[in-house]
Amino acid sequence: MSSKLSQKMGLGAGGMIGGRVALKLDPQALAHLTSGRQVALVTGTNGKTTSTMMLSRAVSFLGEVATNHGGANMPDGHVTALSKQPDAPYAVLEVDEGYFPEVVRAASPAVAVLLNLSRDQLDRVGEVRTIEKSLRTALASVTGVVVANCDDIMVTSAARDSANVVWVATGTGWHNDAASCPRCGDPIRWEGEHWHCTGCDLARPRPQWVTGDGYLVAPNGVKVELSLRLPGKFNQANAVMATAAAAALGVPVEEAVQRLRAVSNVAGRYRTIQRSGHRARLLLSKNPAGWSETLTVVREADHPAVLVINAHEADGRDLSWLWDVPFERLRGRQVIASGERATDLGVRLTYAEVEHTIVPDPLLAIDAMPPGPVEVIANYTAFRDLNARAAQ
Amino acid sequence: MSTSKVQIALVLPDLLGTYGDFGNAVVLEKRMTWRGISAEIVNIRFGEPVPESCDIYVVGGGEDTAQTLAVRHLREHPGMQRAAARGAVILGVCAGIQIFGESFTRADQVTHAGLGLIDSTSHAGGSRAIGEVIATPADGLFEGLLTGFENHQGRTVLGPSARPLAHVKVGTGNDGRVEGAVQGRILCTYLHGPVLPRNPQIADLLIEWATGAKLRPLDLPDVTRLRAERAKAAGVTA
Repeated sequence: MSSKLSQKMGLGAGGMIGGRVALKLDPQALAHLTSGRQVALVTGTNGKTTSTMMLSRAVSFLGEVATNHGGANMPDGHVTALSKQPDAPYAVLEVDEGYFPEVVRAASPAVAVLLNLSRDQLDRVGEVRTIEKSLRTALASVTGVVVANCDDIMVTSAARDSANVVWVATGTGWHNDAASCPRCGDPIRWEGEHWHCTGCDLARPRPQWVTGDGYLVAPNGVKVELSLRLPGKFNQANAVMATAAAAALGVPVEEAVQRLRAVSNVAGRYRTIQRSGHRARLLLSKNPAGWSETLTVVREADHPAVLVINAHEADGRDLSWLWDVPFERLRGRQVIASGERATDLGVRLTYAEVEHTIVPDPLLAIDAMPPGPVEVIANYTAFRDLNARAAQ
Repeated sequence: MSTSKVQIALVLPDLLGTYGDFGNAVVLEKRMTWRGISAEIVNIRFGEPVPESCDIYVVGGGEDTAQTLAVRHLREHPGMQRAAARGAVILGVCAGIQIFGESFTRADQVTHAGLGLIDSTSHAGGSRAIGEVIATPADGLFEGLLTGFENHQGRTVLGPSARPLAHVKVGTGNDGRVEGAVQGRILCTYLHGPVLPRNPQIADLLIEWATGAKLRPLDLPDVTRLRAERAKAAGVTA
């Protein structure tokens, strides 16, 4: 009942109110519901939902998995997900960065996965360095395995003090927030894929797992083809992180990879909708690092693009970040700026010298394109609303 | 000008680029090249010396730690301060307004020396100022409204040698009454958006200071539309 009400009120996927009530009645609900289970937590700025889905699929090799599909990633969402599957011996939970310390304390995870850390909605989430410090303290208390991306300086700093770290070279990281060392402030120097601080001993650790183009190399040196259905380098990174985490729980590598290959649609992301003679692929991007990766994915073909931007609380109300996205890459392509803040995007595209028109309604923007394939890239609430309307 | 190309120094974008301030440099560059004035952006990264030969310096906003590191770096490599002494144009945004002053005091009550480029002091306010800002020009310095987005805890008090950029209608700015600072050819503001895409008249003012050229107007329909939209969203008629 309350879950239906939550959906009616537009509070995401309906995972919230049940958990909220449970937490009111029992503030220790999360600790009680995780007790006796093997818990894996997934956090980071980008790729949380996808990696969580991949990891839960991989862990299903071992037994039933309780998981919070669809991005309800705060404690009330966790309580809801765990309550639905009280007998599942495994839990794989996506966790908002801000709530990570609290959830670690309650859930005593067997595995904690830290994907990446970059700027994201600064007026809401806070500064990257503040988050790095709080994650550092939380991860140091983890007695299980910490799976961390050593190509991300902020992640490395956050994970390094933990007792048992598995380092993964994902080949992805957003370097623009990490010119200076998160530990001592001195400049970071890059030499190829390696990096080190010029002032202290923070440096890229030696990875146990390595991501290549379309494959992974496991700690035993065995190379495994990924053959993912999801596009892009960042999904390969998500897949290798998920495989390393699954292996820490005891899943054989081949079994893990085979299961996450099947993932093709994550809470509506990457799915294709048919509409007025168009095949529109829906892509979600929430911040500069995410947009930068998605613009690389859409570069594989020269399809027209509809870009949809809102600026609600959940998106970040300050759109300055649009200027950190390399929209210049879209020059020469047919582009429509859309969403409630289409005009802000229009100005950005003007200065990027990308020809465009403005159509605020994203469905009408798709209709306005020539028939055939269209790439639709939207930020958080824009994507959520478009996905809901497209389903009708 | 020291070279035939107008050089726009983007100062420490890897430390002070938190709020898309790269956009300010892009807007300056494009508004010059579209009018036939040759211009280029020079990135000055953390760990590199700061040249004193550039024509316009753009300094962005940053997190507290980054701001402290930036001051240290700009002191060790005082190219921008030397350029200021010979009348180069400087835009300081958010952290810029704080580090350009005589001093800034953080929420932890520790006072840091600023670069002394403008007559001002900054201190931490009781609450964080976050939201859309609308302000009207001070002393007829520019035309139309100043619009932007603010997100800062600092409050700034100007001394007699600096004058405000604008008077606040909606939002907080320096102190709830005035916004920004102008001293010689140094212009500071708390506003992101970034500030120059939202306020092309400020961009052109800086370009005129730097080149002495009389600029022909540029008609960018999206910019006009955005300014009207943002003013309306803040409840002000443009």
